[in-house]
Amino acid sequence: MSQVSTVETAIDPVESPLTPDSSGKLGMWIFLAGDAMSFGGLLAGYGALRAGSPDWPVPQEVLGISLTAFMTFLLIVSSLTMVKGLSAIQNGDIKGMIRFLSLTVLGGVIFLGLQAYEWTHLMHREILFTSNPFGDYLFGSTFYIITGFHGAHVTGGVIYLAVLAIRGLQGKLDANNSSIVEIAGLYWHFVDLVWILVFTFVYLI
Amino acid sequence: MSSAHQEPDYMKIFFALTVLTAVEVGIIYLPIGKLAIAIALILLALGKAALVALYFMHLRFEKVGVGIIALTPLFLCTLLIFSLLPDLLGMAHKKQHDQAEKPASSVEQGFNH
Repeated sequence: MSQVSTVETAIDPVESPLTPDSSGKLGMWIFLAGDAMSFGGLLAGYGALRAGSPDWPVPQEVLGISLTAFMTFLLIVSSLTMVKGLSAIQNGDIKGMIRFLSLTVLGGVIFLGLQAYEWTHLMHREILFTSNPFGDYLFGSTFYIITGFHGAHVTGGVIYLAVLAIRGLQGKLDANNSSIVEIAGLYWHFVDLVWILVFTFVYLI
Repeated sequence: MSSAHQEPDYMKIFFALTVLTAVEVGIIYLPIGKLAIAIALILLALGKAALVALYFMHLRFEKVGVGIIALTPLFLCTLLIFSLLPDLLGMAHKKQHDQAEKPASSVEQGFNH
């Protein structure tokens, strides 16, 4: 048993030349930089299609923004509970970490529920992937692709954080390997950051 | 370890993000030009994104190398937008031209008669 814990300490965290913490954190940053390019490409494509369209609807009139403004607020709250969870485990408070991670997961699940409600509502109004009674059909295509891609990220984050909360319950996380929670937090805040941009470009402008 | 730095006041960041979101929603109803609204919204969004990256993601307390990795997609996306500019401006110009053409031709007809 003591052998195992010695090996674990030796492996995690390993200093990387770029971050003072584990190389896992560096790996996450590189992944997020690539992922940001995916979203950047989608948003740039959205801009190009919208600029060339003669009958692009006014997004706020078709989509409504009160629900999505609340969804934005929800993700900001979940980012707050995420950093509180990290602070808790860094101070050795495992129960606090589990509580805050669970709240973050709850925030993500409510976000997904609201997105499902929004999609269903829009589909009832005949705004579909290939048709749109309010103007250019590409409005629907780009909307579902961008918000769907983001929703997939939220789903991934909810699973990721739920797994960490379970590992916390099993006693596998403590102050010594808190970088695992910090790396998950980077992913979750990135999902929040991307939504800030999606909310602005797809709903408000 | 990252806990070496002093923990930022997360509540302040949270309130700033909430207020900026409310400002964003309010700004779209202002009686000013569409372009001015769009520029204000983009600046506000970039400000909010910077707050999340610098404080929630602790970028402010990381080594410069991580900052370079984080800024790379921003740099590449800016290049992407510039490479799309001929398309964006060309199509916007065509749209304006198409819209302007109809009234212009009717004026011409008016003179002829």
